Amino acid sequence: MPGSESALTQRSAISFVAEQIALGEPRANSQPSERGPAGNSIGITFENVEKRFGLLVALRNISLEIRSGEFVALLGANGAGKTTLLRMAAQLMKPTTGSVALTGTGPKSEDARGFIGFVGHSTFLYDEMSAEENLHLFAQLYGLSDASARAAAALTACGLSSRAGSLVRTFSRGMRQRLAIARALLHEPRLLLLDEPAAGLDRQGLAWFGSTLERLRAEGCTILMSTHARNESLDLATRAVALAGGRIERDSGISGDPAELLAELRSAQGREA
Amino acid sequence: MTTSRAAAILLAKELRLEFRTRELLTTTVIFALVVVVLFSFAFEPTAAESRRYGPGLLWIAFLFAGSLMLNPSFAREQSNETLDALRMAPIAPFAILLGKMLANFVFLAVAEAILVPVFAVLYNVSFSGVAGRLILVLGLGTLGLVITGTVFSAISAHARMRELLLPLLLLPILTPLLIASVEATASLLAEQPELDRTWVAFLAGFDIVFLTASWLMCDYLLEE
Amino acid sequence: MKGRITLVLVASALMVFAGFAALYVAPDEKTMHAIQRIFYFHVPSAICSFVAFFIVFVANFAYLATRKPKWDWLGVAGAEVGVVCSTIVLITGPIWAHPVWGIWWTWDARLTSTFVMWLLYMAYLLLRGFLDDPQRKAMFSAVFGIFAFLDVPLVYFSNRLWRTQHPQPVILGGSNSGLDPMMGKVLLISFVAVLCITAVLIADRYRLEQLRSEFEELRFRAESRYAERASKIPQAAREARVE
Repeated sequence: MPGSESALTQRSAISFVAEQIALGEPRANSQPSERGPAGNSIGITFENVEKRFGLLVALRNISLEIRSGEFVALLGANGAGKTTLLRMAAQLMKPTTGSVALTGTGPKSEDARGFIGFVGHSTFLYDEMSAEENLHLFAQLYGLSDASARAAAALTACGLSSRAGSLVRTFSRGMRQRLAIARALLHEPRLLLLDEPAAGLDRQGLAWFGSTLERLRAEGCTILMSTHARNESLDLATRAVALAGGRIERDSGISGDPAELLAELRSAQGREA
Repeated sequence: MTTSRAAAILLAKELRLEFRTRELLTTTVIFALVVVVLFSFAFEPTAAESRRYGPGLLWIAFLFAGSLMLNPSFAREQSNETLDALRMAPIAPFAILLGKMLANFVFLAVAEAILVPVFAVLYNVSFSGVAGRLILVLGLGTLGLVITGTVFSAISAHARMRELLLPLLLLPILTPLLIASVEATASLLAEQPELDRTWVAFLAGFDIVFLTASWLMCDYLLEE
Repeated sequence: MKGRITLVLVASALMVFAGFAALYVAPDEKTMHAIQRIFYFHVPSAICSFVAFFIVFVANFAYLATRKPKWDWLGVAGAEVGVVCSTIVLITGPIWAHPVWGIWWTWDARLTSTFVMWLLYMAYLLLRGFLDDPQRKAMFSAVFGIFAFLDVPLVYFSNRLWRTQHPQPVILGGSNSGLDPMMGKVLLISFVAVLCITAVLIADRYRLEQLRSEFEELRFRAESRYAERASKIPQAAREARVE
């Protein structure tokens, strides 16, 4: 964990500031979409969030405002706090101090969970139920009126409809990950939280995932995705935030260009490797 | 979505999962049968003796079988973190707990439906004429068992030695339930069978107290 | 520190005094004679075990409300001391009963409730033993503690109801009727003594838990600082080479 700080702390203050000035002009194609379905877009704001697990401080001084429609790439080495941040955004845990608030019109505090989709390290699927049964269950729990139809459609979209009736236990890793992503997208979330979603995806799955992300971006869905810097999906990102040791090390900002930060981190990872 | 609707959906899921494999149900029934047979060596199963010791033995069999059966309830949700998936859904946390309580109740009820006739045959005890009232007593007693047991299975799912821990936590708490259920069942088997209202009221009170406590504390039980 | 030493000395002195009073000052009981003197420690221990139990309940409730670790410390302190008090009750009871009534134990409401309460305390402590994560430990033992506290009146009443339906020949609390005034005074002294000891033990156990927590924090900080420094050494070497 301490090793990851080296790449980021080596940049001198002057070059960092110069970079920020040069990036002042927002690029047209990386503007976060504000158009999005009116009234349905949601953003998320972390205010002075700290999270402790006993004595271990997983996150500290996290103040981050993510506006609706942004596609934020969350970067950092293992253990930097990305998963904790995402789980907190998914309302799975509360911060020790500080607050996490969902912004935007529409969702009240109880319904808000119905607008959030989360792909985590685990698949969140019942191994002893079929793919169709899993999706049907979650469609019902999310209050979708045409649960079976939605489940079937989701299965077709991710290419698993031929295995709809098979138990998830029999699926390969790539298929499970595809189903896990389909589960997260089932209720058309307006805030999508992704924790290394491409892990384990096969080629077909990656293609589907990539096109799905593009579609969601165009629709104005707010996306917060954690992944390693080498991932291609990051080309779609409008913003990059780098975590290290539980703190926000770098943030390319709402109107900045994440490409520089991403390129820098990619080369830093290359150096370390 | 209302809590009861969400609980019903989750109940359906639990039932579907269990009736597909039926492992839990079969093991519970077999284990309770073993207990019932073992007890036959403890006393002479004449009609009079059976009426005296029978209710106690029956309820002890249910308690033991139940406390073994309740463990997988939450433990099963730990693979693939499906419990977190349920917590993320826009349903009240109590719906998750309630769904499991109802599922456990159904499983135990099915086991009892098999065991009580077997017991009646093995120990020459007649339940004719009191069947309806017996079902009431069995229902209230099982409900108490299932309410507290589900809560403690949520606790023990995170602990080491959970198979041992759950009965350890559950059985002392259930002593009042055991007394009440046994006494109520015994009065139904007496020479003049009658429904002992005091004990039935006590059982109902027990169930209400612990259901309310579970409802009030369910957030603490399910949080990360 | 000085305050605590004083308290321990006072409590010990009271205890010695109470012991002396119980053995020599209190009048001899008509029928039971010497063995009856156990009563002067049996009854106060019982009362203190209930007091400790109540403290555990309050601590559990407060922990759930505030999430402050100090309430968890108080809970475990109360529970451990409560187990000790209950154990004393459960041991002195039969010692007293056997020469007097010829039986070691009877399942009347009071004894059964005490035994179940002892089992609940033990379950509480064992639960803590099997939970590793400190936050979970505090949270879940608080929930269980509250359930246990709600259960105890139910245990008592169910046993009372049961026993009135099946009356037992022996009732152990009969000596309360018509207490000699001198006996009453000795009882009061020993009650105060046992209460003081209980309070001192709970306070000490609380302090132990507090110190343990501080130690854990210090050790954790020292270890992370060490790990940080240790990993920076190869880092510096690498930087020197690059530049």
